[in-house]
Amino acid sequence: MITFTPRDKVSNSWTLIGPILSIILTVIFGLLIFTFLGFDPAETLYQIFISPFSRIDRVSDIFVKACPLIIVGIGLMFCFRANVWNIGAEGQFIMGTLLAGSFALLFPKVETKLLLLCMFFVGFLGGALWAFIPAILKTKLNVNEILVSLMLVYVAMLFIDFIVRGPLRDPMSFGFPLSKPYSDGALINKISFPGIGYLGQLHYGILFIILLIPLAWVFNNKTLAGFQINVLGSAPKAARFAGFSKERITMSVLLLSGGLAGVAGVIEVSANIGQLQPEVSFGYGFTAIIVAFLGRLNPVGILFAGIIIATVKLGADNAQMTMGIPKVVTGLFEGILLFFLLTGETLQKYKIKWSWNK
Amino acid sequence: MESLILTIIATSIPLLMAATGELITEKSGVLNLGVEGMMLSGAVGALGAVLWLENPYFGIIAGAMSGLFMACIFSVFTINFMTNQVATGLGLTIFATGLTGLAGAPLVGKTIPSLPKIEIFLLSDIPFIGNILFKQDLVAYLSICIIISITYFLKYSKPGIILRAVGDNHVSAHSVGYPVKKIRWYATCFGGMCAGIGGAYIPLVLTPHWSEGMTAGRGWIALALVVFASWIPWRIIVGALIFGGITIAQLVGQARGWPIPSQILSMMPYLATIIALTIISSRISKNNSVVPASLGKPFFDTQ
Amino acid sequence: MGSKKELKILLEATKINKKFGNFVANKDIDISITKGEIHALLGENGAGKSTLVKILYGILKPETGTIKINNEKITISSPNVARKNGIGMVFQHFSLFPALTVAENILIALDQTIRFKDLVLRIKELSTEWELFIDPLKIVSELSVGEQQRVEIIRCLMQNPKLLIMDEPTSVLTPQEIENLFKILKRLASSGCSILYISHKLEEIIELADKVTILKSGKSIATIDAQNTTTKYLAETMVGKEITTLKKVQSKNLSKSIALELKNLNKSNSNDFGIALKNINLTVNYGEILGIAGIAGNGQTELMEILSGETVCDNEDQIFLDEIPIGLKNITERRQLGIETIPEERTLHASVPNLKINENTFLTYFPKYNVNKSFIGKFLNNPENSLNESEQIIKDNDVRCPEPNPMANQLSGGNLQKFILGRSLANNPKVAIFSQPTWGVDIGAATTIRQKLLNLSKMGKAVILISQDLEEIFQLSDKIAVLNNGNLSEILSANEISATNIGLLMGGNSKNKSDQEKRK
Repeated sequence: MITFTPRDKVSNSWTLIGPILSIILTVIFGLLIFTFLGFDPAETLYQIFISPFSRIDRVSDIFVKACPLIIVGIGLMFCFRANVWNIGAEGQFIMGTLLAGSFALLFPKVETKLLLLCMFFVGFLGGALWAFIPAILKTKLNVNEILVSLMLVYVAMLFIDFIVRGPLRDPMSFGFPLSKPYSDGALINKISFPGIGYLGQLHYGILFIILLIPLAWVFNNKTLAGFQINVLGSAPKAARFAGFSKERITMSVLLLSGGLAGVAGVIEVSANIGQLQPEVSFGYGFTAIIVAFLGRLNPVGILFAGIIIATVKLGADNAQMTMGIPKVVTGLFEGILLFFLLTGETLQKYKIKWSWNK
Repeated sequence: MESLILTIIATSIPLLMAATGELITEKSGVLNLGVEGMMLSGAVGALGAVLWLENPYFGIIAGAMSGLFMACIFSVFTINFMTNQVATGLGLTIFATGLTGLAGAPLVGKTIPSLPKIEIFLLSDIPFIGNILFKQDLVAYLSICIIISITYFLKYSKPGIILRAVGDNHVSAHSVGYPVKKIRWYATCFGGMCAGIGGAYIPLVLTPHWSEGMTAGRGWIALALVVFASWIPWRIIVGALIFGGITIAQLVGQARGWPIPSQILSMMPYLATIIALTIISSRISKNNSVVPASLGKPFFDTQ
Repeated sequence: MGSKKELKILLEATKINKKFGNFVANKDIDISITKGEIHALLGENGAGKSTLVKILYGILKPETGTIKINNEKITISSPNVARKNGIGMVFQHFSLFPALTVAENILIALDQTIRFKDLVLRIKELSTEWELFIDPLKIVSELSVGEQQRVEIIRCLMQNPKLLIMDEPTSVLTPQEIENLFKILKRLASSGCSILYISHKLEEIIELADKVTILKSGKSIATIDAQNTTTKYLAETMVGKEITTLKKVQSKNLSKSIALELKNLNKSNSNDFGIALKNINLTVNYGEILGIAGIAGNGQTELMEILSGETVCDNEDQIFLDEIPIGLKNITERRQLGIETIPEERTLHASVPNLKINENTFLTYFPKYNVNKSFIGKFLNNPENSLNESEQIIKDNDVRCPEPNPMANQLSGGNLQKFILGRSLANNPKVAIFSQPTWGVDIGAATTIRQKLLNLSKMGKAVILISQDLEEIFQLSDKIAVLNNGNLSEILSANEISATNIGLLMGGNSKNKSDQEKRK
């Protein structure tokens, strides 16, 4: 029988051990499941975890895939730190890029990247507006933000489907639901390295992450706002005692994470697709939740977590091509990983004792 | 008209089952966000079982077992390992989506026989009402029986009162000597089975083949339904019918060529959920004794 | 009297040991209770009293030790077993279910099956017999605290207990209710039921108990005949050293200038469970301590929130500081004006457990560092700015830390309280408002804290003390008022008011149900 006893002091070593152990256990469990389903474990292991590193262009694609995960993940980090559960990042991603794309399509001849810069702001605005709905309902009427933000995901997916098949549809797309292609000014170019040329799909959007991570770290640790978020999430009554406004903080983190999700959407579409289509997000908003947890709600952690999860996603793509394993199976891994991570959190606060008597 | 009402009833059954199960779970103090995943498991389980065994009634059992399996995973983590219930529930839904995607892949394109209707002797001959209420399938009858039973269970039976007590104050329940964790396990497993049956109903009666994500957020709507019903069983029937009605209305609208785009019509159930939550939440914040007081709080038993 | 009554030992516990991790809660405790005896269990916080009775009631399992009931060895593995052996328990914070009715609450604790109708009848029977009047069909959250305790007691009585354990039962009662309770307990004892009575109130123990066992640091250090001892002896045995009494300077030059004034303050409750504040009028002068007595749940929390500024008033002229209206100012603004509040909950309200001390200091000090800063500077205001000041607070207040700048949850309760007080007082406030400042703190630290309050008033500060501890109110206050159901009584000088009066005011109209908000 297992018993838990509270620790006197929260274990710091588990902060790092937890995620690492969780990853290892998830891999083992996952491989067991695949073996049970009849797939060769060694091959699966290679395809999912090693093959993404096998070529330099594949490695750069890891970063491409990690890009939206990290950006949305950082946004979610602020929310989760304040104990606000924004589950609708997927919808905010979609609405952000929809608004920005619609904006861009108003300027079909513009070539300068100034357009792209404006799209960032518009995308932020779109995502933030979509997050505003659960935010205002929560702060004014105490409506649960989980369900509202989630319902809005379905609404957003239907809405972009409607817009792309309807008002924004490109008559030249011959039956495929696509908007007109973005002008050059709205695109994010691939990075061309001197002597090597392109590295996979690696694009300049990566620079945003290089900016975002240190900014996020400073925000958390060196600003009053970051402190307020931390206190609200740890002890709401103490936040009140300090004079921090729960409503203002809740609204701010939701708008911020919605906005960041929107920006992530802009980068994704402008770099990889170049026009609007009904499916612009492939579950990034939900996967980012796992990334945020795996990264222990810490910017540097989220950077690594995003890379790890992106690796698995790329690996799963490869596995689908070479072994016929459906891509959707990454959800399986992500769920198991989250379970182990959460158990790790419990172990930070409690000690385990095995006893053999009843 | 008759067929319209029948369709609305059929559409509301999955919601009814899942929400009823979740109500019991939440009454014990456990918030289970994995309902969507459990419904999906039920759907896939039912499809697989019926394709294999050919009798649709096996689908019901399979659905319940699949939901139960997921509920056990959820319970181990949230009840025994005391993990955060919200995150674990989300994780379960993500896990189940992946697992069912995997399991459902070989089932694509295959259809299964539907659940037959059972006519109740004599009563089914009543014009109009007879056709609506007494010519239903087993699950529909089951769902009504369950709701009536748990209404009585919660109010008048000692185990039901104990369940409410655990959800009201798990520390007191422990002090009085009740096994809080065991009770929560039972409640969560019951909820999981109901969600599984609710999910199974979709392929068994509504759309008899597999498609990824075929529950389309019904599990989340079921969660909202429990809040909307203020944790009172008969109100779930009302809520489920309303949402069933809205879902059907948009199909009717599309069929009748209403000038509203189909995607906008399809949004109706989700928007309606938001509106319903808003209305109820502003009422609840004045009177929060309807919410089980220990909802969402992990229980740590001192030994 | 006639021949000595044969004393039959009901319960005998020997060598009880219980550890929580590395913390020894009970060490080799022996206790023996005879039939019909009222046996008190005395000790400071953390002495091990609660642990011991939880073991006797089957909620905890001891590492070693034997328990014998009527000379038969018993393993009490769960509360059900305890109840079967005739042990009943009334918990300090009650083990009731607020959303359920009285009858449902009692049904849950019964091990035998009984028809609901019969249950209701039996409850009414017991209720009349023992004068513990209660309506079985009422929902528990609507009952007053005293009534809730009656439910707990009836719940135990239904099982015909041989031993009734009571954990600090009088901390939530008015003096009249305490009198009633003692009558009932004495009646129970003379009918053959033993009582094990945990308390830290020395006067009560002497009035009520036959014997008292004193626990200190997990060990049983003495068992004394309660009828032949003094409170001083009990206190000193309990603490282990001589206790200095508070030095209260009775005749003071009370400044005539009003520091804080509340005028017709009304605040409706934010939800069903809160208390509305009705027409509160009070003044407190510089150099004066105003004591606000009252049982928990009568609006103390709401009053504290509106005084501190966590909740703002409906209009500005409901609160005046130095005759300036401040009703609309929030807590940060009021701190800057010189009003400091020290809330009841040390952790999670006055401090954040998993944050470091400098971060906890920053919680209330952050506005200071914003002065004369640019926008960027204000944005970058972070807890590192509080490092020096928090060190100073620790030094000035003798806060014992396991390491420099520890997390708040690494400090003991007493040291955390010292830090919290020090943090507030280092700001040199004009008005200091305390809520239950010595709750859960042992006698030594409590005396220190009370002395601090007296010193504050001596220095000319205005002090408001909200406390459930009548002894404390009398020890410290110059003026006293009583809070009952959101109403504040007339403010009387401490000389003019007696404990009985306060008791009556505390009991008030005993929660008149008809004009109470509909609490479900």
